[in-house]
Amino acid sequence: MSDDAGFMTVLLAMFAGAIRVSTPFLFVSLGEMLTEKSGRINLGLEGTLVFGAMSGYAISYHTGSPWLGVLVAGLCGSGFGALHGYLCKLPKVNDIAIGIALMLFGTGLAFFFGKAYIQPSAPRLPSLSFGSWSDHPGVRQALEINPLFLLGIVLAVFLWWALKNTRYGLTIRTTGDSAPAALALGINVDKVRLLSTMAGGFFAGVGGSFLSLYYPGSWTEGLSSGQGLMAVALVIFARWNPIYCFWAALLFGAAGALGPALQSIGISRGYHFFNAAPYILTLLIMIASTSPRRSLKGAPGELSITK
Amino acid sequence: MSKFEFSRRTILKSSAAGLAALSSAGFPRLAHASDLTVGIVYVGPRDDFGWNQAHAVAAAALKAVPGVTVVEEENVPETIAVQKSMESMINLDGAKLIFATSFGYYKPFVLDVAAKYPDVEFRHAAPLWTEGDPKNAGSYFGYLDQAHFVDGVAAGLSTTSNKLGFVAAKPIGTVLRNINSFLLGARKVNPEATVQVIFTGEWSMPVREAEAANALVDAGCDVLTCHVDGPKVVIETAESRGVKCCGHNASQAPLAPNGFITGAEYKWETIYKMFAADLAEGEPLPNFTGGGFDVDFVRSTPYGAGATEAAIASADAARADVKAGKPIFVGPINKQDGTQLLAAGASFDNYEPSLDQTDYLIEGVQGSIT
Repeated sequence: MSDDAGFMTVLLAMFAGAIRVSTPFLFVSLGEMLTEKSGRINLGLEGTLVFGAMSGYAISYHTGSPWLGVLVAGLCGSGFGALHGYLCKLPKVNDIAIGIALMLFGTGLAFFFGKAYIQPSAPRLPSLSFGSWSDHPGVRQALEINPLFLLGIVLAVFLWWALKNTRYGLTIRTTGDSAPAALALGINVDKVRLLSTMAGGFFAGVGGSFLSLYYPGSWTEGLSSGQGLMAVALVIFARWNPIYCFWAALLFGAAGALGPALQSIGISRGYHFFNAAPYILTLLIMIASTSPRRSLKGAPGELSITK
Repeated sequence: MSKFEFSRRTILKSSAAGLAALSSAGFPRLAHASDLTVGIVYVGPRDDFGWNQAHAVAAAALKAVPGVTVVEEENVPETIAVQKSMESMINLDGAKLIFATSFGYYKPFVLDVAAKYPDVEFRHAAPLWTEGDPKNAGSYFGYLDQAHFVDGVAAGLSTTSNKLGFVAAKPIGTVLRNINSFLLGARKVNPEATVQVIFTGEWSMPVREAEAANALVDAGCDVLTCHVDGPKVVIETAESRGVKCCGHNASQAPLAPNGFITGAEYKWETIYKMFAADLAEGEPLPNFTGGGFDVDFVRSTPYGAGATEAAIASADAARADVKAGKPIFVGPINKQDGTQLLAAGASFDNYEPSLDQTDYLIEGVQGSIT
């Protein structure tokens, strides 16, 4: 195989990987972004993601309708969000600690209920083919796109527009930047945060159902392998901007595809390093985006990490 | 008389010793299975369509022995956690026989605990026990490379691109040996065949396994197989990409109704039933038990829709050959770096001990172990 062909294969694989792998990152990071915009951090989204994956798969298996599974995964997610939102409202409760507790709770509960669903095969989400114009099987495969991915793009653009231009967006941003100011305006801070966390949980649950119902497309206990946590880091990288969340999710998806793609064309030395690419990327981003001299640009003022 | 010092530890120690003395004095050692608790530690969930499921299914054979109590723990990582699990099975549940079913449990955890509890028997599922390791430890293993060889024969006749894909977890001896045997099987019937291997680096990492399977198909492979704990994702990905596949560990035939050829399965129940029979009769367990088709420790999954007539005939013949002791490793075979492994005419016995320490891939396999 010539070098050019190999290079094209890797590029194509990263492009395809970005589309295939990015959807959970996108949904979780959009959910986390919304929650953080309202002034709270929900680290529990990893647990929500795993529970969403399990519940979506279970519902799809029992009803035969994967879309119903997606919906239920989202509703379960908002249930976890409501729990987080309610607990954090209580006095002297730390949202980060609650988040970690909910992360463990969500994964544990998903493993508990999920035992029965490791074996059976549930109906999966369909994909839309956008690649029929191409003769190249790789391109055609890369352009088998899941509707949830497109929905994620629409959601990112909508959130970007809504946070900037609507009354609800302004309310959420005010709550996140200064709770006293929001109070003075007569905004119910706790209610706004509760609803934002619930909406964030809904998105994370939907992201989880993508994992179990489309790619890789089955429920196992090792399914998430930390994607929910990486998505939380991704929000900081994306500067709390929904559009940047989308690009960051694509970047993480492509980074995940790098290791296998390089090995498939024969560049296999140091595959551990390439396999670790998404995690290394997370670290580099955290290092690059912090500085002792300035606070994070775009960070909501009420966040406990920036206060 | 020296003064007595009672610490929690000494009390625990002496009462444990007392219990042990009681049990060995009261009954001839393990004379009756009714005094036996068996502990089994799994690295993943028991129903993963793979490694752990193969063990769990076989463990049911032990449960059927009258009086044997089986305690199981799932999702125990290959860290100090397994030591704690084993010690808790010994101290709290009274286990006298421990099955540590994952590769990384052995060194140092099984060795340490075996030295600490000399009256408890430990058996580990990989060919790692050697002379000099504690006598109460041991290994049992199915030589799955024999079944991968048969898969290779079927795969070599099923490919049109002559490129076979292999999704592997970690570059350890047993995995490398399976890859090499898979290639040798394919080369036996199709000298043009090559095996492209992708290492994921973890025993269970579904998203990366799916990416690896996709990358292999994109690179032109038209038959996939794997050595990961739960092959479900690789097999389903192969099926959805419309290529053929061979299974691993347990039967994945229902996951790929169109492309499944055959698969390499362990048959742990043969070993577990053997152990159970030994225990019931009060016989000591062997320190090392291993075998392949000849002793029914491994088997091939029944052929699926992806198997052609020619593939079935050749694979059946290959299995009969291996069962009869015909060697898999027949020279000339070179390692990837060009050094000679076997000269023309030379061959390895299928249970050649040096193959247990395989740390190379042979020529014809594309991929690197570092």
